[in-house]
Amino acid sequence: MTELFDILMQASFWAAVLRIASPLIFATMGELICERAGVLNLGIEGIMVIGAFTGWIAVYAGLGLWPGVGVALLAGMAFGALHATLTVPFGLSQHVVGLGITLLATATASFAYRLALPEVTSPPRIEPFAPLHIPGLSDLPWLGEALFSQTALTWAGFGLAGMVAFVLYRTPLGLALRAAGENPQAVAAQGLSVTGLRMGAVIAGSGLMAVGGAFLTMSAFSSFFFEMVNGRGWICIALVVFGAWRPGKALLGALLFAGFDALQIRMQQTPLGQVVPYQVFLMVPYLLSILALILMSRRAEIPAALMTPFNRGER
Amino acid sequence: MRLEPIAAPSLARRLGLPALALAATVLVASALAMLAGADPLATLGLILQGAVGSKFAALETLNRATPLIFTGLAVAVAFRAKLWNIGAEAQLYAGALLTVVVGTQAGLPGPLALPLMAGAAVLAGALVLLGPVLLKTRMGVDEVVTTLLLNFIMALLISYLLEGPLKDPMGMGWPKSPALPRDARLPRLAEGLRLHWGFALALICAAGIWLMQTRTTLGYEIRAVGLSPQAARFAGIPVGRVLVKTALISGGLAALAGFSEVAGLKGNLTADLSPGFGYTGIIVAMLALLHPLGVVVSALFVAGIFVGADSMSRAAGVPTYIADMLLATALLFMVLALLLTRMRVVRG
Amino acid sequence: MTQDHGAQDIVLRLTNITKRFGALLANDGISLALRRGEVVALLGENGAGKTTLMNILFGHYTADEGEVEVFGQKLPPGLPGAALRAGVGMVHQHFTLADNLTVLDNILLGTEPLWRLSLGRGAARRRVARLSQEFGLAVDPDARVGALSVGERQRVEILKALYREARILILDEPTAVLTPQESEALFDTLRRMVAQGLSVIFISHKLHEVMAASQRVLVLRHGRLAGEVATADTSREALAEMMVGAEITPPAPSPARPGAVRLRLAGVVTPPQGTRPGLRGIDLDLRAGQILGLAGVSGNGQGALADLLSGLEAPQAGRMELDGVPVRQWSPRAALAAGIGRIPEDRHRTGTIADFSLTENAVLETYARPPVARRGLMDWRAARRAAQDLIEAYDIRCPGPEARIRLLSGGNMQKLILGRVLEAGPVVILANQPVRGLDIGAVTYVQDRLIAARDAGAAVLLISEDLDEVLTLSDVVRVICDGRLSPEFPRGSKTPAELGQWMAGAGVDHAA
Repeated sequence: MTELFDILMQASFWAAVLRIASPLIFATMGELICERAGVLNLGIEGIMVIGAFTGWIAVYAGLGLWPGVGVALLAGMAFGALHATLTVPFGLSQHVVGLGITLLATATASFAYRLALPEVTSPPRIEPFAPLHIPGLSDLPWLGEALFSQTALTWAGFGLAGMVAFVLYRTPLGLALRAAGENPQAVAAQGLSVTGLRMGAVIAGSGLMAVGGAFLTMSAFSSFFFEMVNGRGWICIALVVFGAWRPGKALLGALLFAGFDALQIRMQQTPLGQVVPYQVFLMVPYLLSILALILMSRRAEIPAALMTPFNRGER
Repeated sequence: MRLEPIAAPSLARRLGLPALALAATVLVASALAMLAGADPLATLGLILQGAVGSKFAALETLNRATPLIFTGLAVAVAFRAKLWNIGAEAQLYAGALLTVVVGTQAGLPGPLALPLMAGAAVLAGALVLLGPVLLKTRMGVDEVVTTLLLNFIMALLISYLLEGPLKDPMGMGWPKSPALPRDARLPRLAEGLRLHWGFALALICAAGIWLMQTRTTLGYEIRAVGLSPQAARFAGIPVGRVLVKTALISGGLAALAGFSEVAGLKGNLTADLSPGFGYTGIIVAMLALLHPLGVVVSALFVAGIFVGADSMSRAAGVPTYIADMLLATALLFMVLALLLTRMRVVRG
Repeated sequence: MTQDHGAQDIVLRLTNITKRFGALLANDGISLALRRGEVVALLGENGAGKTTLMNILFGHYTADEGEVEVFGQKLPPGLPGAALRAGVGMVHQHFTLADNLTVLDNILLGTEPLWRLSLGRGAARRRVARLSQEFGLAVDPDARVGALSVGERQRVEILKALYREARILILDEPTAVLTPQESEALFDTLRRMVAQGLSVIFISHKLHEVMAASQRVLVLRHGRLAGEVATADTSREALAEMMVGAEITPPAPSPARPGAVRLRLAGVVTPPQGTRPGLRGIDLDLRAGQILGLAGVSGNGQGALADLLSGLEAPQAGRMELDGVPVRQWSPRAALAAGIGRIPEDRHRTGTIADFSLTENAVLETYARPPVARRGLMDWRAARRAAQDLIEAYDIRCPGPEARIRLLSGGNMQKLILGRVLEAGPVVILANQPVRGLDIGAVTYVQDRLIAARDAGAAVLLISEDLDEVLTLSDVVRVICDGRLSPEFPRGSKTPAELGQWMAGAGVDHAA
């Protein structure tokens, strides 16, 4: 018990929570936008991989960090456009297409990696985002390290969550997106294009997922390796459900989740870690995700038209 | 644009469009080869040669196809019922695990060893899928994510067991299980032929599943539940129970892939037993239009691509991941082509 | 057929509209004109092409030929947005509202440029309040649409159009889901709109409403304009003949000879599901040889009662008896075994499996028993024989027993379901909206068969939101409102207006 308390008192623990949460926030917001508009995007895992790869390779090739993020965003949007084309106007199974996109994006990253670096055995490193120094706040004792030693990308993630909430609930665009996920007929009857809204949501959401992936190579690990996304995409899908399709709750879910993840890493170093195999600790995130799905299964307010294709003029 | 159903699609449409999808895939492959600085035709030729160009290559393809038939069948059976089992990888490892655990028991009577191992494997795979399915039928938890997450959990469990309780004391520190005794290995189909009975078992399973789907009430129930759970429930079909039965069959089939790989090919369990056979099973099943006999054909095709790409990569220097890209592309083109056999795109 | 009454007066003109769906000619060279300040009724049977025509006008479909002109401007085809901007509003038969949004948000949807940073809810709320007042459309702007009654939802739909300053309003079967009193209120709203210079097209297949609410009637038959008359110059009989092409005789059932009670519900309670009410302690007797008609506004517990009889739901409290024996295990299978034949409300999604063949659909309720199956093995030859028998006995028009049910018309689909139910020799028949959306021939066929089943001794529960249909077929009528039942009213003992009172909830509480 004292170990737990010690961990919670470490400033580095809280810094880790924010760091671990960041990629999840981007990708969860991306998935949330897609699902709010009525499209389940199972391409998320692969799109995160492609984001991690493209952002990293762009910087390795000499681009700046922010342009690198831009490249990842565009790569994600490109795969999003493919997903959207197949699932929205053609109305193909979102399960099959999503998994197909994940396989394609993952394979593309692997193929391109081998093309770009045929000989290397260990991937080269890039200079990642440095923690943003906020005058005053970052210098605070304890709090400065715990909360204000993050990179700009992390702050962008929090800003994004607020922006998604604002757009969804306060703007005409957000209203139209939510309606497209609830009853596309209502959207069409008001003269808006369901196809356009849904495709836009999937493309934009996929871009955000890719930025989430890019965070891994450009802010967290500074290098790319094949298994690095490691199910984070699937976890984000669980987080959307856990957050009841609301940006605020999903953000909270991502933080809570990151808290447990940061905790399990540190628990491995405690006496408990000596008796319990490390694999059990590593299972915690996946087990938590399943638990979150179970907890929310009864209450979740799922968008009514999620996974229902809309075909204008269907008879 | 708008989609309009076609009442009676012509034969040309039903065959031509899938053929077009395959042609488009070949085109993509050529472009990728060119991107890698290789001659596209030569690359395709090398893939073909590597897959079926020699007796050795063909046998390698058959060996690689064996687990894919099992996982492809597992996915095909489940997807028929719209049960999205993306966890064939976990079920495969569960099967492999029990194969090793049972097979390495001392004093197992020779002729009983293999059936016992297979039975235990099937049971383990079925149980792994049972959890997500019960969560789905009882609490409405989406099975896509739970089965996916179980893949990661299972991988960690296997990693733990191979580093701990199941570790081979003679393994020189490598995380691998002890080898199966001779009696617990699947024999080869013929003396001197590098192909084991797992392949035959896979073919038998495919035929069995086909008969189940077309001739039994369970097959009828599974199709009804997949096409319309609402109508199935109204008609008195016990939807939950049908899904559970489907899950047991699907999980069991995926587990047989693990059994066949361990008992037929590898002889022991390692953490890299499967290079994603469970995930590839999805492609195999989709390319086969979920038809159990088609699964055999598409598993051979997919295995050929992998084996061929491996050997091509050594010769032409195009990354072997071209195989994964090819198959993912083929999957997406194929689902689109199949839609367009039933629907036509009209303006307005 | 189009007459010119001063070009300035014409607000809408359709010229020579033709639309095909595959082999079906849904609209065949239809022309019409709408004047400022008039209510035109578009009358026709189901399948006559009324909704298709209006969907073309609104831009949901594009016509194969012909054009639409609003206020003298040609409308680009296929763009609902263009129709909306030109001042056309449409109230669809199936409401196009998002249940999880508030009334205000539903009205606001699509009215502001998408990229604006504010929804302007404050100003919008004031305008909606003013429009509600002006046109007699009371509804709480902050209520979630999912919690509203059907009548309120329709008001939201009309407010949506008015908020966008529609000058032309199209209403597709607006009274199908209303009580007679609510219909009156709707007609009052229409009169207020016309008084302000708006124009209304009002789609209906109910003659008395057309007579009561319109100034001019256009009759569609088989996709063609069959006639155009001023309402004052015509009669119900004349319209009916124009509509169906010949004199029709609605089924006139002979008096019933009620027998013993086959199914009895006593104090049955089922829980509500979402916005759908449950049953709140109902008593119901279904007697052999009698049709009991259940009238009511949609969403008042009909679904719960139908699910109960279908076996999809079990009573939470109360007793359910079949031939005097209390029911214990209750499931769809148990209901079938007890001899309850079920015609579900949604024949496309509940009654049949669209991608199954006719054979596979024919045996949906008998697939597990001989002769169709033995020891878990299907006998497809027996199944096909059963399907072939149904096709012949119930005059199902289809390419053959192997045809996918998706390709059948609604009427033929319903005949298959009817055949499946009747061939099992049911003691009780649940007929939930059995003729909704069918063409006149299929309607008569289904109704005649139900009457024949009654005469053969079945106890029939007919659920319909169409009061006229209930009154035509039923030997006794009961009204459902908010999960409670009215007393039994024998045939002819209550006028539609009196039943409307019950449908609106007056009196039901005391009876329960």
